[in-house]
Amino acid sequence: MRGPRRTRRATEFRAFLWLGPSLALIGGVVLYPAFQLVRASLSQYSVTGLYQGSVGLRNYARLFRQEALPTVVANTVVWVGVIVAVTMLISMGLAQFLDKSFPGRRLVRWALIVPWATSLIITSKLFVWIYDYYFGVLNPVLQRLRVLDHPVDWLGDDATVMGAMITVGVFVSLPFTTYVLLAGLQAIPGDVYEAARVDGASAWRTYRSVTVPLLRPALLVAAVLNIVYVVNSFPIVWTLNDRNPGFGHDTMITYMYKIAFKSSLRDVGLAAALGVVNVLLILVAVLVYLRTVRWREQEA
Amino acid sequence: MARRALQRARLTCAGLLLALVFLAPYLVMLFTAAKPDAELRTSPPRLTPLHWQWSNFVDVLGDPGFQTWLRVSLVVAAASTALVILAAVPAAYYTARHRFRGRTAFLFLMLVTQMFSPTTLVVGLHREFFELDLINTYAALVVTNAAFSLAFAIWILRAFFASIPREIEEAAAVDGCGRLRVLLRIVLPLSLPGVVTAVIFAFIAAWNEYVVALTLMTDPDKKPLTVGITSYVTAYVQHWNSLFAASIIAIVPVVVLFALIERHLVGGLTAGSVK
Repeated sequence: MRGPRRTRRATEFRAFLWLGPSLALIGGVVLYPAFQLVRASLSQYSVTGLYQGSVGLRNYARLFRQEALPTVVANTVVWVGVIVAVTMLISMGLAQFLDKSFPGRRLVRWALIVPWATSLIITSKLFVWIYDYYFGVLNPVLQRLRVLDHPVDWLGDDATVMGAMITVGVFVSLPFTTYVLLAGLQAIPGDVYEAARVDGASAWRTYRSVTVPLLRPALLVAAVLNIVYVVNSFPIVWTLNDRNPGFGHDTMITYMYKIAFKSSLRDVGLAAALGVVNVLLILVAVLVYLRTVRWREQEA
Repeated sequence: MARRALQRARLTCAGLLLALVFLAPYLVMLFTAAKPDAELRTSPPRLTPLHWQWSNFVDVLGDPGFQTWLRVSLVVAAASTALVILAAVPAAYYTARHRFRGRTAFLFLMLVTQMFSPTTLVVGLHREFFELDLINTYAALVVTNAAFSLAFAIWILRAFFASIPREIEEAAAVDGCGRLRVLLRIVLPLSLPGVVTAVIFAFIAAWNEYVVALTLMTDPDKKPLTVGITSYVTAYVQHWNSLFAASIIAIVPVVVLFALIERHLVGGLTAGSVK
């Protein structure tokens, strides 16, 4: 059906028509803001947001001199590292469990969907209430279970804030991760296990030598996507850390947001410099991801 | 045989316990939503209400503020879903059926954008819409939500389009159908599950979005649910029951829709890696 005389240029024009709306969206709402971000990081703005000219790399120099930066970077490393590691470990168990067939399995799958489908801001508010020192249910429950002998101000005490936030972070990351690993497990053909059984391998041995190696691609995908999601994650820290002044428990994303939009600071240039750093970090993770899944066009 | 039954019973018990762990926080939400104001601040706190005040839900539904946020959320989510489908269908169809120069680059661009959340770019997005004078407009929120759901939609739709045998389309073309008619009359109806998945995903993503709305929609009449309902609990007022009644109204339809597309989610979210 394809006309032999149709020129290559005409084909490309056709392609452009079909892809045009998508390209316009990506160009207008992803690439252009990225360009704006870089430009803002090299500029100075008034408190009301008016452009006041270029300042070169001065915003970056200022960023690296910010007193809060080392804390914020350390928080981000802990936030991302612990959530991803703990989520992966628990999800391995959950996926293994859901891979078995038993009455009620559907119910468990549906239960997992609830935290996944719920807006993060709603789940975050919910945990603010659950953690509440005076009226939250967590303290009395833990006291009744004799885990605690006195109530803890989970979101007000410097020692517990990060742990409390990370717990919520793990809670909302589990469903997606479990589903990815479950898909990976279900893709492993049954006769591989059969062969291991015939060879007399123990359950643990089968798990280590058969399941884990075959699950490697799914594990890597889940890990890298989780890293990207958790680096980007905003509502949990924004909401649970709301009461605490300063930047003691902020991650790079919430720190950036506070610099840009919290009334007292409103330093667009500085926030943009940090934004560029965030974008670069995520780009690195994306490239690792693409290498990991060995993305090729023919696979796409 | 008996051992097997016992084993299954044990698994079911563990499963129920697990389901409870994941649902427990949302049960607290439900119980709190049904508490009268006076019971919110009891010490020690009670898990369940003494008086189940279901009228809290009716009150929230009757609150003009809530009605505004609900309307904004519906309009924004519906519009951005429509935009996603309009942009994704032709792109997915063309890349599923044709090889052309720039195809790899295009798909690569899609993969990369899927990894970015609007949060990372929020400062740049704010600059853009500030300069275009689009702060507090639906348009800004609609295009942003659409752009960040686009990759998922293209990925899901491409997989469905590619699975339709070319012969069917060719037969239709022989019968005199133009390419667009083939797409609308043959390809889309055959890929209905894919279209439904893309629609639901885009709708939920827009419905749940928070950061961009928080940043761009400062006008109280333009706030969507996610931003609006947080005003039930501030430093000055603490209507936790209203907040959670509103939250439940907001999440129940979303959870049901999400359960419908559950089977296709992993494939779309791990684009390019799971075959």
